[in-house]
Amino acid sequence: MGTATETYNYKVVRQFAIMTVAWGIVGMLVGVIIATQLIFPDLTQGIAWLSYGRLRPLHTNAVIFAFGGSALFATSYYVVQRTSQVRLFAGPLAAFTFWGWQAVIVLAAITLPLGLNTSHEYAELEWPIDVLITLVWVAYAIVFFGTIGTRRVPHIYVANWFFGAFILTVALLHVVNSVQIPVGWWKSYYVYAGVQDAMVQWWYGHNAVGFFLTAGFLGMMYYFVPKQAGRPVYSYRLSVVHFWALIFTYMWAGPHHLHYTALPDWTQSLGMIFSLILLAPSWGGMINGIMTLSGAWHKLRTDPLLKFMIVSLSFYGMSTFEGPMMSIKTVNALSHYTDWTIGHVHSGALGWVGMISIGCVYYLIPRMFGRTEMHSVGLVTLHFWVATIGIVLYIAAMWIAGVTQGLMWRAVNPDGTLTYTFVESTKASMPFYWIRLGGGLLYLSGMLIMAYNVWKTVAGHKATDAPIPAYAQAHA
Amino acid sequence: MSDFTSRFWEIYIAVLSVVSIVACAVLLKAQTIKRPKGTKLETTGHVWDEDLREWNNPLPKWWVWLFYITVVFGLAYVLLYPGLGLYAGAFGWTSTGQYEAEVARTEERIGPIYAKFTAQEIQAVAADPAARAIGQNLYLNYCAQCHATDARGSRGFPNLADGDWLWGGDPEAMRTSIASGRNGVMPPFGAALGAEGTKDVAHYVMSLSGMAADSIRVARGRGKFAENCAVCHGPEGKGNQQLGAPNLTDKTWLYGAGEPTIIETITNGRNNVMPAWQERLGDAKIHLLTAYIWGLSNRGGTGQAQGTHLVAEGK
Repeated sequence: MGTATETYNYKVVRQFAIMTVAWGIVGMLVGVIIATQLIFPDLTQGIAWLSYGRLRPLHTNAVIFAFGGSALFATSYYVVQRTSQVRLFAGPLAAFTFWGWQAVIVLAAITLPLGLNTSHEYAELEWPIDVLITLVWVAYAIVFFGTIGTRRVPHIYVANWFFGAFILTVALLHVVNSVQIPVGWWKSYYVYAGVQDAMVQWWYGHNAVGFFLTAGFLGMMYYFVPKQAGRPVYSYRLSVVHFWALIFTYMWAGPHHLHYTALPDWTQSLGMIFSLILLAPSWGGMINGIMTLSGAWHKLRTDPLLKFMIVSLSFYGMSTFEGPMMSIKTVNALSHYTDWTIGHVHSGALGWVGMISIGCVYYLIPRMFGRTEMHSVGLVTLHFWVATIGIVLYIAAMWIAGVTQGLMWRAVNPDGTLTYTFVESTKASMPFYWIRLGGGLLYLSGMLIMAYNVWKTVAGHKATDAPIPAYAQAHA
Repeated sequence: MSDFTSRFWEIYIAVLSVVSIVACAVLLKAQTIKRPKGTKLETTGHVWDEDLREWNNPLPKWWVWLFYITVVFGLAYVLLYPGLGLYAGAFGWTSTGQYEAEVARTEERIGPIYAKFTAQEIQAVAADPAARAIGQNLYLNYCAQCHATDARGSRGFPNLADGDWLWGGDPEAMRTSIASGRNGVMPPFGAALGAEGTKDVAHYVMSLSGMAADSIRVARGRGKFAENCAVCHGPEGKGNQQLGAPNLTDKTWLYGAGEPTIIETITNGRNNVMPAWQERLGDAKIHLLTAYIWGLSNRGGTGQAQGTHLVAEGK
């Protein structure tokens, strides 16, 4: 049983938490650069490795896997230890996941601008990096499930179900989607061809959203929202139903990315209906998060961390409603290939993933350094408002631009010719590209405020590992 | 071609799909409980990390109904639309069928509009403002990407408004250019002529259009031109529209004037492609497009595309 001297392994949590902030700034800065390139295409003077086509995958990889990934590692390691009341399993392996994951990110930041790209979206990294990812992920699974296996608490907390599903499924997705034949150190070909390749890509791509960006972050939500609110989770039963329904139906939804393509009609239909069925399971998480606050709504007024978490859940609810709607073929015929999709993704990425991660990092940082709260709560509140306004500007601009594009592209003259040329739709989008840039800049500024606040919180304070309390069998 | 390699897989996936949809409803039904009236809301009794607990609230009713509705919708959808293996669905809908029906409807609607013009000569069509409007729409959507919105082209893409034609400026030649495309090939002469010889020929070519040139090189280049170039460009350098060989005596340059560019062209040759549009656009639209482009340099002779509603950007 835990003794007074035994402590939780906070070192790896600390490392990942700090890198979440660092990579967040990098990823969002690249986002701002490519948003500017869409307004000024000649911005980088034709320098190949600064071109939009190479920076765009760098942006997505940095935000999803570097920022989001670091946040997931930090929170899952923190949560699994504390809810299992045991030190993290296999400490050296946990350290390997940190350094291995950072190596993956640095390699991505080098190879993507060089134009080394496998062409699968959100899986652009070449095969040697894929191998490294696999090794890190296996180590991650051993550390996580090892900790669960050695837990001192009889029941497995709901947050760990989601983290566990995320880790297992991402392993499966990564391996299947990365089956390539190498023809050199930095060049390989997928074994899949044609429409099968497209289907594997989007089976992976959509489940990367479902498990990396949804299940994992729901794990975060299930620990940090009740902790910060000081209230029990709203409904245990709801968490059971929505967990199983979510992880089951997500697997089917990928084909909605391939409506009206060479993918067989029956596959498209299944993708669409499972995306619609996914609505309720997705909302289960939102309800459980927001209703956890019932009886403690007043805390929202004063606690900026809860503000981040609740607004995050609101964006989660919005984008998981928008997603099923966009998967309906008739809606998709208008929205597909337009900036509406970009708006949808960012309502998920900036709104849900970003806000919940930021809230959780603000929770973790002081505790990692023996403090009770951030250096400046005022700056956290400022960050909240800057980020929220940034998201709203971004999403609203992309909605308008997207619907405008969709309507302009489908407008037909009585003589059967297209009413607008493509370049006219680009011109019509320009004002909204400016607004989007403004929104992005605000969100990035928020991250810089955060970095300053983290620095002031950490500087001069010793890294502290909390002791593991003895497990009391008082409750049954 | 069937989507399935055998009947087994078709049935397998269809059964799996239905079972999966129904399984969602079963899970929901199994987990729907009511808290007996009068009982107090309690937690499940489990505690994690000192104070984490869970209420035993039942599933929210509205949420349960939302879930059921999507399940029912899903089942209804796969009965009406393709979704279960090769079962076509009660409506017999296919994405290909939807596309073909839309195309047929549009063809039927626009057929008479085009029929009126296809019966006319190019010159007559070019004079008709309604036809020009259609032609311009077609031009802006299919041609402007390369030949520019003002039809003045850019490097490597011919100016269509200057009255100078590589493959002929009569309506029939233009129609062929659009319908079948063109491939203008200039073979490389760098190896045959050598660096000095290439420069001599370049200066001779420059002299043909009155550009400043080194008279000694011009004299040396004349003979080499006659031996190597005249077969396509003609003894006087006036070109040959049968081959798409440019006239070198006018001041129109597809890749730009100047010694370095001309030396580059002679040394490495050129290979220029105009794609064929017959499959994509069909006879009627190509007829109107031909008339529009013919009109750019033959009607009024302003040498400028008429009324382009795009504002030229940037430059």
